[in-house]
Amino acid sequence: MRGRGRLLVSPAVALLLVSSILPLVATIWFSLIDYRLLVPGTGRFVGLANYVHLLTDPSFGPTLVNTLLLIGMVLVVSIVGGLGMALLLERVVLGRGVLRLLVISPFFVMPPVSALLWKNLLMQPVAGFFAWVSSLFGLRAFDWFARAPLASIGLIVSWQWLPFACLILLTSLQSFDREQREAAQLDGASAFVIFRQLVIPHLARPIAIVVMMETIFLLSLFAEIFVTTGGGRGSSNLAFLVYSQAMVRYDVGAASAAGIVAVVFANVLAFFLVRAVGRSLDA
Amino acid sequence: MHRGRLSTIGAGAGAWLAAIAIAFPLLWALLTSFKTELEAAAYPPSFVNFSWTLDNYRAALGGGEYFAALWNSLLIAGGSSALALLVAVPAAWAMAFAPTRRTRGLLLWMLSTKMLPPVGVLIPIYLFYRDWNLLDTVSGVAILLAAGNLPIAVWMLFSNFKEVPAEILEAARMDGALLLQELGLVLAPMALPGLASTFFLIFTLAWNESFWTLNLTSTDAAPLTAFIAAFSSPQGLFWAQLSAVSMLSVAPVLAIGWLCQRQLVRGLTFGAVK
Repeated sequence: MRGRGRLLVSPAVALLLVSSILPLVATIWFSLIDYRLLVPGTGRFVGLANYVHLLTDPSFGPTLVNTLLLIGMVLVVSIVGGLGMALLLERVVLGRGVLRLLVISPFFVMPPVSALLWKNLLMQPVAGFFAWVSSLFGLRAFDWFARAPLASIGLIVSWQWLPFACLILLTSLQSFDREQREAAQLDGASAFVIFRQLVIPHLARPIAIVVMMETIFLLSLFAEIFVTTGGGRGSSNLAFLVYSQAMVRYDVGAASAAGIVAVVFANVLAFFLVRAVGRSLDA
Repeated sequence: MHRGRLSTIGAGAGAWLAAIAIAFPLLWALLTSFKTELEAAAYPPSFVNFSWTLDNYRAALGGGEYFAALWNSLLIAGGSSALALLVAVPAAWAMAFAPTRRTRGLLLWMLSTKMLPPVGVLIPIYLFYRDWNLLDTVSGVAILLAAGNLPIAVWMLFSNFKEVPAEILEAARMDGALLLQELGLVLAPMALPGLASTFFLIFTLAWNESFWTLNLTSTDAAPLTAFIAAFSSPQGLFWAQLSAVSMLSVAPVLAIGWLCQRQLVRGLTFGAVK
């Protein structure tokens, strides 16, 4: 039985090794050599020169900050908004099914579609819907992508991830012990106290999982930047830096170093996620 | 009691307002897809009193480009999901019914590969694909997406198989069922719903995947994600067209997503939230 078990598991292990571990090793190697696609005769081992070059490049700091800002903004907006929506949905009696459909829809929209719909139909400063709304309030239209490109991208991505946070928090709210809440109500606890003392601790783990899952996807945030600003106007993140170093400037060494920085980032976060999920495996 | 009812009505109204606001960009695009280009860019925008037209859908469906992209999307999402299941089912089955000391570690290792951001492996894969003529091919992208979704598939199937009571399988074995009978007649009917929802979840993820599809395809294998991204060039900006194509691209997975919300929670949190 043991031999057969190994046989059944090995294709999956092999596919993962070939598609992730092997290329990762290659990326580490590329990051240590001088490798430019259009320059013949490169391939010399240069140690950490690519990293030094990357970390001292004046555009690296802002790129790293952008990566963090984008992730932070999306996390805050999607979790706060998602929690609010989940709390509302939990109390609704009429038309719950339809409401859920409306709320989760953005999650199923492919990134280029949501980015382009938002950028043009909604945020365009002349004929976009938001421009019309601000004119209703007597305000001048806000030129979203010219004045605040990073925040605009963050808003679009938040819209995509809000349903995810909402759905997970709603699922978890519904498993909240009703008896415990009723007991607290009988003891005269106010709604706010119940929320802070009972609901929030109950939601701590699902929130942690949302934070880590979203972070992992957001570290590779790419399409939304690609189709809206093309990385210009100071809206590039780490993922986009890797792309532009490799595909536009053909500097494989520098791009690989940037890729490894992203991996290190993700690993720190992954450490916590795997621990949290491992605990649920034992439970 | 009176206060309770009032706040329930308040919450209901608030929920409806918020939900419509969240879905608004999609609803607005749906409306725009029935306008002419002139009306789509009109200011102030018109809500109902414009001349409704199906021209945008006719134009989108009339050109061969949309169907080529749709076909590639179907091939990539369907092929990668089928491949992922083909590899994941035996693995999950072995780990659920014949666990060893290493099973737990193996499961967590698979999960940890999902934590590797694609940008970390983009370059070697791109160069390898370039050298082996896999760039801009459906199979090249499909294999990568299958590998990317494999951890999710294994985890979902594993937690699904775990719920099948081992006693039933044992009883079947006692009654003299062969391994194939045990698999086909006893296990499969019980595991089928889980199998279906796993397939739909990874299909949806592959359908919307926009990192690999944008970086590894250009013309021949370009799926809907790449087709839509081409609308970002300024000369291609026709809002009504964009809206119609968007609606056509989003509709299939939206339908699937609505049907599989619960499995989504489970799959994307690796079973940690039920």
